[in-house]
Amino acid sequence: MRQGAVLQSDKQEQEAWLGRLMLAPAVIYIAALVGFPFLLAIYYSLSDATVGSQTLHFVGLRNFQRILENSTFWTSLRNALVFTFVSQLLVVILGKILAMALYKDFRGKWLVRFLILLPWVAPISLGSIGWLWIFDPIYSIINWTGRAIGLFGPTTWPIWLGQPNLAMASVIMVDVWRLLPLATVIILAGLCSIPQDIHDAAEVDGASFWRHLTYINIPLLMPIMLVALLFGVVFTFTDMIVIFVLTRGGPYDTTQVIASLAYFTGIQGGDLAEGAAISLFLFPLLVAAAVFLLTLAKRTEVT
Amino acid sequence: MATVEARSITKSFDGINAVDGINLLVKEGEFLVLLGPSGSGKSTLLRMIAGLEIPTAGDILIGDKIVTLLPPKARNIAMVFQSYALYPHLSVFKNIAFPLENMGLAKEATRKKVEQAALMFGIQRLLQRKPRQLSGGERQRVALARAVVREPVAFLLDEPLSNLDAQLRTSARDELQQFQRRLATTTVYVTHDQIEAMGLGDRIAVLNHGKLHQLGMPLEVYDDPADTFVATFIGSPPMNLIEQDRTIIGFRPEHFLPREVYGASSGATVFPFRVTRVEHLGSDRLVYGVLESPLPSAKVISRLPSTVALPIEKGRRYEFVVRAHDLKHFDPKSSLKISGGQNKL
Repeated sequence: MRQGAVLQSDKQEQEAWLGRLMLAPAVIYIAALVGFPFLLAIYYSLSDATVGSQTLHFVGLRNFQRILENSTFWTSLRNALVFTFVSQLLVVILGKILAMALYKDFRGKWLVRFLILLPWVAPISLGSIGWLWIFDPIYSIINWTGRAIGLFGPTTWPIWLGQPNLAMASVIMVDVWRLLPLATVIILAGLCSIPQDIHDAAEVDGASFWRHLTYINIPLLMPIMLVALLFGVVFTFTDMIVIFVLTRGGPYDTTQVIASLAYFTGIQGGDLAEGAAISLFLFPLLVAAAVFLLTLAKRTEVT
Repeated sequence: MATVEARSITKSFDGINAVDGINLLVKEGEFLVLLGPSGSGKSTLLRMIAGLEIPTAGDILIGDKIVTLLPPKARNIAMVFQSYALYPHLSVFKNIAFPLENMGLAKEATRKKVEQAALMFGIQRLLQRKPRQLSGGERQRVALARAVVREPVAFLLDEPLSNLDAQLRTSARDELQQFQRRLATTTVYVTHDQIEAMGLGDRIAVLNHGKLHQLGMPLEVYDDPADTFVATFIGSPPMNLIEQDRTIIGFRPEHFLPREVYGASSGATVFPFRVTRVEHLGSDRLVYGVLESPLPSAKVISRLPSTVALPIEKGRRYEFVVRAHDLKHFDPKSSLKISGGQNKL
C-alpha cells in the first residue's frame, strides 16, 4: 500500500516534469527573443550606451528627458498614430466588405481567395520593394498609366514618395495592402461561425440589406473584428519595414514613426541608449491599446 | 390567413432531387404536418415555401399569388427554426420587435404589440433578458412570439420541439396546438416525429426521398397507409409486413393478438407464432417472435395492452389472430396498397 502510494507520487512527479519539458521551448523562445531584448532595452535606456562604447554609465532618466524635448519624437509619435489608425480603419472596413464578398459562393472563388491572400504570404520587404518600383518618381506605373488613359494631364506628375502629403498616403496604402488579407481571413472565419439560421431568420423577419448588416451582422462580428483590429494595430505600430524601404521616414520626417526613429537613432545614429528609450515608448501605448480593445471585445461578446 | 400551395415543385442539389415534383395544397387555417425521415426533403420544401431556397422547377403560391421568385420578406410569412435562431446579442424585447421594426412600425405601436405577444406566451418577465439567459422552453416561446407578432399569413415551423426534453415537449405540443387554433393561421409544420405529426396535424403529408407518399388525416394515414413506406414509418412498433402468395400482408402490432382475446368471433386469420422475447413496457407488453409454417418464417411484433392478462412465455408457441378488416394488402413490386374498396387517397 505504502509502496503503491510512493509509485503513484513518482508517476505524478514524472508527469509534472514532462509538462515543464514540453512547455520549455515556448518559454525559452519568448524569454530569449522577447524578454531578454526587452530587459536589455530598459537597461540601455537608463545608460549612455553607444554603438562603439565599451563601458556603460547609469544616467537615470536623462535619455527620456531628451526625447521629450525633441520635436522629431513628437512628430514621429503623431505620424505613427495617424499611420496606424487611418490604415487600420481602412483595413477593417475593406476587410469586412471583402469577407462578405468571399462568404458568398461564386465561380472562381478559390482564385480570388488566393490572390487576396498573396500579399500576406509574400515577405514584407519584397512586397515593399515592389511598391517602391510602383511609386518610382520616373517610372511609376501609376503615373504612366494615368497619363496613357488621360487621367493625368501634361502637368500632373505626382512624386508619390517625395511629396509630404502623398508620402503618408502612399505608405498607408501599402500597409493596407499588406494587412488586409489577415483581417479578411479573421473576419471571414467569424462570418462563417454565425449560424445560417440567424441570417435566414433575419431574411424571413423582413430585414433589408442595411438593417441585416447593421443590426445582425456587424454586432455579431464585433468581437472578432476587434481582435483583427488589435492584430493590425500591433503589427502596424511596431513595424518599420514598410517605412524603411519606401521613404526612410522622409520627406522631412513626414512619414517618420516611432519604430523607424528608434532604428535610425539607435542603430544608424549609433546612440543605442536613446534608441532604446524611444522604442520603449511603444510599450505602454500598445498595452493600453490591447487592454482597451480586448475589454471592448469581451463586452460585445455574445452567446 | 391564406392558402399555401406547391405546384409540381422540384429542387435538385448537384443533380439529385431533394424535392421531386410535389403537389400540395394547404387550406386556409389548416395545420399541415410534413412528416418524413431525415433526407426526405421536408425541410427543403418548407424552405422553398419560405423563400429561402429557389425551386428548380414548379411554383409556390401563397394566397393564390405566385411567389416562387419573391424573397422571404415579400411573402409575409413567419418561420420558427429548429435552433430558434434568436438574435443572441439582442434582448428578448428587441428580438420580438425586430420584424416590426423592419416594417417601419412606430415605436409606441411596436412596444404595444411586443407586450401583447409576450403576454400571449407568458414571457413578460423575460423581456429584458438575453437569449443565453433563457431555458430551452423559454427560447421556444420567444421564437414563437417573434413569429406571431407580425400577424403573418402563414407560420412555417421547422422541428420547433426537437430541442426540448421529452417532458417539456408534450406540454409544448399542447400549447402549440392551442395557439394555432386560437390564431387560426395557416401552418406548415415539419417533423420526423410521428407522434408530433399524429397529435398536431389536421392533415399529415408523408414524404420520403423527395416524394409525397400520402396526404391525409392522421387516422387515415395510420389506419389505411398508401404504401409499405407509410405503413412502416408511422406506428411504433411499425406495421408487420409478411410476403405471401405474391402479395405483402400488413397488420398493426396492436391488432395481432392471441386468439383468446377476440373470443369465438369468425373471419379472423390465424397465425401460428413462436415467441422469442417479451418486453414489459408498463401500459403494454411487446411480444417479439417468428411466424411458423405454413406461413413464411418472418419476424413480427405484437402489442398487448396490459388489460390482457394472458400469460405469454418465451420459447412457447401460440396461436395469434388478426381480424380480416385489420389486414392490409400491398403489391410487392410497386409497394402500393392493393385497394380493397376503402382507398381514400
